[in-house]
Amino acid sequence: MRLQYPTDIHIIKVPCTGRVDLFHLLQAFEQGADGVFVAGCLEGDCHYMHGNLYARKRVERAKEILAATGIGRDRVEMYNLSAGQGTRWAEICREFDERIRNLGPSPIRFAHEKKAA
Amino acid sequence: MIKATPKPLEEIINYVKDFNKILVAGCDGCVTVCEAGGMKEAKVLGSALRLYFTQAGKDHEVVETTVTRQCDKEYLAELKDMVENADAVVSIACGCGIQYLTEMYNDKIVFPGVDTHFMGINADRGIFEERCAGCGQCVLASTGGICPIARCSKRMLNGPCGGSEAGKCEISKDTPCGWHLIYERLEKLGQVDRFTQPVDPKNWRTSRDGGPRVIIREDLRKAEPQHGSAHS
Amino acid sequence: MEPKTPSRLEKIMAAGQLGVTSEVGPPRGADGAEIEHKGHLIKDYVDAVNVTDNQTSVVRLCSLASCIRLKQMGIDPVLQMTTRDRNRIAMQSDILGAASFGIHNMLCLTGDHQTFGDHPMSANVFDLDSVQLIQTVKMMRDEGKLLSGFEMKVRPQIFIGAAENPFAGPNVELRALRLGKKIAAGAEFIQTQCIYNIPKFKEWMKIAVDKGYAEKAYIMAGITPFKSLGMARYMKTKVPGMDVPDNLIDRLKGVPKEKQADEGIKMAIEMMQELKEVPGVRGFHIMAIEWEEKVPELVKGAGLYPRPQV
Repeated sequence: MRLQYPTDIHIIKVPCTGRVDLFHLLQAFEQGADGVFVAGCLEGDCHYMHGNLYARKRVERAKEILAATGIGRDRVEMYNLSAGQGTRWAEICREFDERIRNLGPSPIRFAHEKKAA
Repeated sequence: MIKATPKPLEEIINYVKDFNKILVAGCDGCVTVCEAGGMKEAKVLGSALRLYFTQAGKDHEVVETTVTRQCDKEYLAELKDMVENADAVVSIACGCGIQYLTEMYNDKIVFPGVDTHFMGINADRGIFEERCAGCGQCVLASTGGICPIARCSKRMLNGPCGGSEAGKCEISKDTPCGWHLIYERLEKLGQVDRFTQPVDPKNWRTSRDGGPRVIIREDLRKAEPQHGSAHS
Repeated sequence: MEPKTPSRLEKIMAAGQLGVTSEVGPPRGADGAEIEHKGHLIKDYVDAVNVTDNQTSVVRLCSLASCIRLKQMGIDPVLQMTTRDRNRIAMQSDILGAASFGIHNMLCLTGDHQTFGDHPMSANVFDLDSVQLIQTVKMMRDEGKLLSGFEMKVRPQIFIGAAENPFAGPNVELRALRLGKKIAAGAEFIQTQCIYNIPKFKEWMKIAVDKGYAEKAYIMAGITPFKSLGMARYMKTKVPGMDVPDNLIDRLKGVPKEKQADEGIKMAIEMMQELKEVPGVRGFHIMAIEWEEKVPELVKGAGLYPRPQV
């Protein structure tokens, strides 16, 4: 399966999405990410019981914070898929990439670049 | 312990939006336990404020820290340099900590980052329940260990009122009737006869009604050297 | 029991007659004439008229002023007082004010929580509860003292009433114990919650009689006629501490809508006739909510008219 997906997605591997804290999501935006998605196991299939469900709650909270800070709630998302769903993975990547491209660069990256210029 | 919840981010942003150097000061005590004002929450708030200022194109410097307890001078003293360097402080300690920090750094603007609610227990993850109203004169010995002041919506000492139904309070089906709980417990203890004797009006002076409260424990106070010589 | 106060209601019940009271809900505005109008509708059919105190925590013209208006019309008012909105300073002050106008009956209540009313954001007081308010009135009357210990030159003369709800939780035994507690605190007459579940009421009354409570206070059975099927359903599901058995709902369902009010009155009269025979029942408290004009029909129907003169 040589599936194509956008090359500018930077993957950070974690043992379980339950490890992803709210702070990590916000930090990614502080460092200039245009969008962040969390890809967890299918709901009900978490190896650690509820890790992916906690991750979803944190993504929801991150959406609220991003909305309040003017970054926009759509720049963060939670997806669930299994390790065997390679096609779905590629599809999610393309879908999210397209969503972020439509939103344009994050205002943070824009501000960073302006400062550097 | 004291239970608090984070204030809406919009409200905090509104407080600090015209300042540049902001210190977010958490507390490792009660507010860490209820996940409203510990290191984790300080980092999240700091990050959110930086995101806000950055996208708004405003110069800023937001730093986060916590101290062991904001209700102690000794720990607050550790904040000296950071507070001095800041234009404004957002304290996410409980209302006591926020005020004590303000008292100690009197020339600094300090904003609250949490809403402080009550003294309670951790019933489950994310569920905190009030148990004690701090009335200053504990009645638990006569009420089966369940407080009617904190757990009856009407603070009755001679409950349950006529609105108690199927173990629930009249205010909501989600609120247990405190007096129903007391009844069940006293029945278990064989003390139902307590319900036959009226309980006299309470002295609320030891509660908030007596004004701001101070406890002075002479046995705990710093020993002052006595005047005159002990050897005379 | 010898009457202790000039209360007409007390005298009638002390003479062994069934007492009859009803209630007037003051308006949500400054229209004093409305109270007088309602008073006129019922004055010859009852021994005393309760005036509710911001019932269901909705702001209304105050009970004390309404009682004074009724008193000036020659009606014996029952001042209802809840502990929700006033502390012991305000309540004792109002009691003295009421007594100064010759108001000789009080119903001591804790009151509905303000969550129900039109000002759910208000602070509540609950300095005392109903039992402690009873104690307070008794102390003022019998010892001539305020709760502070201050001795008054002129004492209030008040026939002390309380409410009790036989149908509330946790169970009928505890509700009877609480009745006993109110009587121990000084309650001399009891007006019960609206009775619909008669078997349960009888159970409660039996305990009250067996424990001797019914000898120490006049227990007045609470009656509220159904105006419609909708009202019966509302009482069943929405009003805390109300016990409406399904057979009553079914009976109203079996009647065309325009006849439901008549059926409601009929049912209430039947209930009063049955309750008259229950040992320990010493009178009736008719709460015809916004339906005061029906009180004469109920009193006559239950065979309680004319009212005794004392």
